[in-house]
Amino acid sequence: MTETANHRATRVRGRLPRPLVIGGSILLLSLFIGTFPALFAPYDPNVFDYGALLQPPGFAHPLGTDNFGRDMLSRVIHAYTIDMQIAFFATVFAFVFGTIVGALVGYAGGIAEVLFGRVVDAVITFPFLVLVIAIVSVLGPGLVNMYIAVSVVGWVFYARIISAEIKVQKQLDYADAGRAMGYTHMRIIFIHLLPNSITPAVVYWMTDMALAILLGSSLGYLGLGAQPPSAEWGVLIADGKNFMATAWWISVFPGLAIVLTGLGFSLAGDGLAELLRVKR
Amino acid sequence: MQLLSFIFRRILHLLPTLLFILIVVFVLVRLLPGDPASAILGDRALDADVERINRELGLDRPLYVQFFAFLKSVVTGNLGDSIHLKIPVAELIKKRLPVTIMLTVMAALIAVVLALPLAFVAALKRTKPADAAIRGVFQVGLSMPVFYSGLILLTVFGAKLRWFPVGGYGDGFLDHIYHLFLPALTLAFSLSAILMRSLRSAIIDVLDAEYVQFAKAKGIGPGLVLMRHVLRNALISTVALFGLSIGTLLSGAVITESVFAIPGAGRLMIESIYGRDYPVVQGMTIALAVLVSLTFLLTDLVQAWLDPRVTR
Repeated sequence: MTETANHRATRVRGRLPRPLVIGGSILLLSLFIGTFPALFAPYDPNVFDYGALLQPPGFAHPLGTDNFGRDMLSRVIHAYTIDMQIAFFATVFAFVFGTIVGALVGYAGGIAEVLFGRVVDAVITFPFLVLVIAIVSVLGPGLVNMYIAVSVVGWVFYARIISAEIKVQKQLDYADAGRAMGYTHMRIIFIHLLPNSITPAVVYWMTDMALAILLGSSLGYLGLGAQPPSAEWGVLIADGKNFMATAWWISVFPGLAIVLTGLGFSLAGDGLAELLRVKR
Repeated sequence: MQLLSFIFRRILHLLPTLLFILIVVFVLVRLLPGDPASAILGDRALDADVERINRELGLDRPLYVQFFAFLKSVVTGNLGDSIHLKIPVAELIKKRLPVTIMLTVMAALIAVVLALPLAFVAALKRTKPADAAIRGVFQVGLSMPVFYSGLILLTVFGAKLRWFPVGGYGDGFLDHIYHLFLPALTLAFSLSAILMRSLRSAIIDVLDAEYVQFAKAKGIGPGLVLMRHVLRNALISTVALFGLSIGTLLSGAVITESVFAIPGAGRLMIESIYGRDYPVVQGMTIALAVLVSLTFLLTDLVQAWLDPRVTR
C-alpha cells in the first residue's frame, strides 16, 4: 500500500493522524505543567537545602538534587514555564510579521520579489546561531533580547513560505474575480488569498517552536539566554555540566525534558501536515 | 557551454549576497555596546587617548567613508588586529577556521554514512517496523540540542570510558581526527536526521517513478536499479538540502566547539563577543559567511552535475 492510499484510508475512517494525537497530548500536558508548575512541583525550585546536596534520584527527590540541594524535579517542572514561553514568544512575532511581508511581496512580485530574494539568500547564508548570538551580544543577554534577535532573523522563513503560496493563489480565478469586483489589493490579499495560503506557514510554525526551544536552551547554556537562577532547561544543563561524571542527574533530566517537548512539537507538526495535506 | 554560463551566473549571484552580509556586519559591529577605544584602554581612559585611538581606527570619520575603507580592507584581506591577542585577524582566521572546516567536513561525512543506508532501509521497508524504528531514532535526534548530546558523549566516551580525549585539538592530522571524532559525531547526529528524512521521501518518490518501473521491467537487477537510477536521483534533493543545512551545521559547530573546548572559529567568536574584540567578531563573521556562500556554490555545481536540467 502506498503512503497516500494509507493516509486516505485513515482520513475516511475520520481519525486524527497518530503523530498529531501523540504530539498534541505531549504539548497539552507541557502547557498545563508550564501554566501551573506549583501544582506539580514537590518543592520550591530555588530553595537551598544544605542537608541534601547532590542527592541521587530517590524517594525524597525523584530526580535528585543539585550542588545547592535544590530539588531537580521541581526545577525541571518550573522550567516548563520559561521554555514554553520561549517556544511561543520566540516565534509568534516572526510568524505574524513574516506572513504579512510574505503576502505583500508574493502579491506584488517584480522588484520587491527580487530584493526579497536577496534578503532570503543573505539570511540563509548566515549561520543562524552566529547571527542571533551577534544580535544578543549587541542587546545584552536575557530572554526579551533573545526574542528580538530570533524574530529579526526568523520572519524571513515564514515570508518565503507565504510569498511562494500567494504567488500561486493570485493567479487563480477567484483572485481575478476579486479584482473585477473592484476590491482593494489589501482586501484581496488578506481576506481572500491569505486564508488559502497560510496552512504551510502554520505547519512550519510547529517545527519552528521546536527549533526555538533548542535555540533558547542553547543560548541559555552559553549564558546568553535566560539568566540564572531562573530555571531554564539549558541553564540547568549548564549548571550541572561540571558534575556530569559524579552527579549526572543534574544535567540529564532537563535534557530529557527538552527532547520530549521538541518531539511533541515536531510530531504535532508532522501530524498537522498530514491532516491538512501539506507537502513538505 | 550551458554549464559554464550557469557557473558564471551563479558566481555573479554571490556578489550582492556578500555585499549584503558586509553591510549587516558593518552595522552590527558598530551597534555593539561600549566603544572599542575604552575596550582597548580600559574604563579609566583619558578623553584625549580615546580620541587618539578613535582617530587611529578611523572611527571619527563619517560612516560612509568608514564603510568604503572597510570594504577596501576586506577585499585586500586586511581585517585589522585583534584587540586582545594583538595579532592580525587574518592570521587568526587562517589558524582557527581550518579547525572548524575540518570539524564540519567530518560531521558531514559521518552524517552521510549514517543517513544513506538507513534512508534506503526505511524507504524500502516503508510503513514496516524497521522504518518506524529508524524514523523514531532520528526524530529524537532532531529534538536533541547539540550541547546536550555532546555533553553526554563527552561524559560517557571521554570521561568514563576514556576512549576519546575530553577536548582540545591534538597535533598532526591523525591526532586531529581522533580529537574531533566525538564532536563530529555529535554534530552528525542532528544533521543525519535532517538528511535521512528528505532522502527517505526522495527515494520513495523515485521508486514510484515510471523510469524506475521501466528499468525493472527491462530486467535490470534490483541492486543496479537502486545504484544507477534511484540513488543518483534521490541524491539531487539531498545535495540541495545539504547546502541549505550548512548554516545550521556551522551554528552547531559553534556550540560543539564550546562544549568540547576545541580551538576553532566558533569558540573564538563567542570568546570575542564576550571580550568585545570587534575586529575578530567582524572578521570571523565575514569568514564564516564567505565559507557558507562557497559551500552553496559548490552544492549548486554538484547538483548541476547530477542533474543537468538545473543549469537551465
